[in-house]
Amino acid sequence: MADRRSFLKSIAAAGTAMAGAAAAGVTGEAKAGERREAPPDAVGMLYDTTLCIGCKTCVVACHKANDLEPDTRTDDLHDAPLSLNDQTKNIIKLYKEGDRVSYMKQQCMHCVDPACVGACMIGALQKREYGIVTWDSNRCIGCRYCQVACPYNIPKFQWASAAPKIVKCELCNHRLAEGKIPACCEVCPRQAVIYGKRDELLAEAKRRIAENPGRYVDKVYGEEDGGGTQVLYISHVPFDKLGLPELGAESVPALNREIQHGIYKGFVAPAALYAALGAVMLRNRRSGKGADHE
Amino acid sequence: MSEIAVPVGGKALNGPGKVLFGLTLLGIVLMIWRFAVGLGPSTGLSDGYPWGIWIAFDVVTGTALACGGYAMALLVYVMNRGKYHPLVRPAILTSALGYSIAALAIVVDVGRPWFIWRIPLSVDKWNHASALLEVALCVMAYVVVLWIEMSPAFIEKWKTQDTSLGNAARNVSGALDKALLWIIALGILLPTMHQSSLGTVIMLAGPRLHPLWHTAWLPLLFLLSCIAMGYAVVVMESTLASRGFGRAKEDKMLASLGGVIAYVLLAYVVLRIVDIVIHGKLGLVFQFDLYSWMFLLEMVLFLAPAFYLLAGRGKTRIGGMFRAALAIILAGSLYRFDAYLVAFNPGKGWSYFPSIPEMFITIGLVAAEILLYIVLVRRFPILGGAPKPLTATRRK
Repeated sequence: MADRRSFLKSIAAAGTAMAGAAAAGVTGEAKAGERREAPPDAVGMLYDTTLCIGCKTCVVACHKANDLEPDTRTDDLHDAPLSLNDQTKNIIKLYKEGDRVSYMKQQCMHCVDPACVGACMIGALQKREYGIVTWDSNRCIGCRYCQVACPYNIPKFQWASAAPKIVKCELCNHRLAEGKIPACCEVCPRQAVIYGKRDELLAEAKRRIAENPGRYVDKVYGEEDGGGTQVLYISHVPFDKLGLPELGAESVPALNREIQHGIYKGFVAPAALYAALGAVMLRNRRSGKGADHE
Repeated sequence: MSEIAVPVGGKALNGPGKVLFGLTLLGIVLMIWRFAVGLGPSTGLSDGYPWGIWIAFDVVTGTALACGGYAMALLVYVMNRGKYHPLVRPAILTSALGYSIAALAIVVDVGRPWFIWRIPLSVDKWNHASALLEVALCVMAYVVVLWIEMSPAFIEKWKTQDTSLGNAARNVSGALDKALLWIIALGILLPTMHQSSLGTVIMLAGPRLHPLWHTAWLPLLFLLSCIAMGYAVVVMESTLASRGFGRAKEDKMLASLGGVIAYVLLAYVVLRIVDIVIHGKLGLVFQFDLYSWMFLLEMVLFLAPAFYLLAGRGKTRIGGMFRAALAIILAGSLYRFDAYLVAFNPGKGWSYFPSIPEMFITIGLVAAEILLYIVLVRRFPILGGAPKPLTATRRK
């Protein structure tokens, strides 16, 4: 009888541990609304599709400012990358459907709550001064979890290298340190992309939409999307046509964080499970199954 | 438990052994080449599909298949079902090998392995929100734990030798006996943590993971399915070992394991379906696109062995047990492949298929694992159910 009782108890112990993990998952889902705000000094960019003429001066300037080789792999002649890649941190793309045409500038969104930073094991990717998301070559193991996590598919990996790096826009933070602004914003002949503090850019975006009825889609992409981004977009075509995903207001890493913290907060649950396992096994051993031990 | 584990004996490298050895060597050569040229030329990976078979198969599926030690330890030491004890040691060996190979696969997969030391040592820089960090730390610790759990098999053999190795073995043996219970407890805690966290890891793909797979219950689903896979591997391994090495069969024991597996499988399926129903994703199941077919295939592979085992209960014949185990292994592997590759959609214009060298590195790793298993059970007391002349093949 004693054996049967201890068996049931041990099942109960294991079951409780499992249920704990499950509950953490479920409550995590319920509470995942936990919201991070942009830092007060957050900077960013505002891109206006109605102003961009697709001259790609910004693409060339970005290569220069970031010491990246011009990407001539497309036709062996022009600096004309087809997408963000191992030597391209900024690109202009074209959306065309019938008469409707729009350019689209793509680079790191500098999320308010970035998935890449949530993914990164030892903080090679970090949200630092002014909310800029940076990459540190001294900490990166090259696991590429950031690439799996980023909902915008931004971080790129140097696949051709035996000592590869992650390549992504860092908002020209080396230029900011010198008192300059990001190269793409500096060279843009039409001010289609401008640099500034995030809240001022957001106000400017809303002003443009309000003052030009019918010109823009009535939304600033990045105000809320994916928990908010520091690069903002206003557009005359729907944002999904530009390749900007519909993410909702919740950030991608919020749910993960809730679950990880739910299960591992203070390491209490694992420690308790360990103690319970040890106790159950000690009792099992003492309950006379001498032949059982190895 | 009257059954004692003894070495199988015999030549380490017979015919199939030589083939495995050749595949292992080829894998090693390709690995060296991969480090020389980088991941681009050597793999089918891209910025859209940064993780391929090395992660989805070698690590995520491989460690789940290596959960035999975890599943058996739960059953024998926690649930106190001592009768299964002869299955524990071979199960631990497959786990130790599986996890060691997975750890090696990670080293091959990461782009900057010279910074791997930072994972265990850069404690102040740990990102506690990163499920991958937890997986990495747990896997590293668990590889060590598994080889300690395995060590009695080595010590038992060395103890009898009149060498310095024998002396060392005799000295360690007592202390190990005392500590082993707490090490085994750790050997249950660690897989509970990181096998569930493998679900949390891919959850971060968020909007890029198909909703039939993306759920807050991913950790629990990964945990349940890895336990079922662990038992299934024990069944497979035990059947194959008894055939291949002419050992006595453990039919009865295996058959009564069936009942345990069936309930774990059912729990998984119920959770999966409840998640889909309460989150209003049922319509996606009946789209009959790639994703819905893959989902339905998973469900069939999970349910068929569950009902089969439930219907037969303890009376099921061993051939049936073997087929059920195969179905479970396919089910759990497909679930992991789907979650990490098929259901992961980075957007238009991206595709992934492993390159030939990429595949042969994986094949080499698996070959090394099987080869080491054969060599170790031939040399060390690991398998129970020995044929009659117990000591005939023992070497002193």
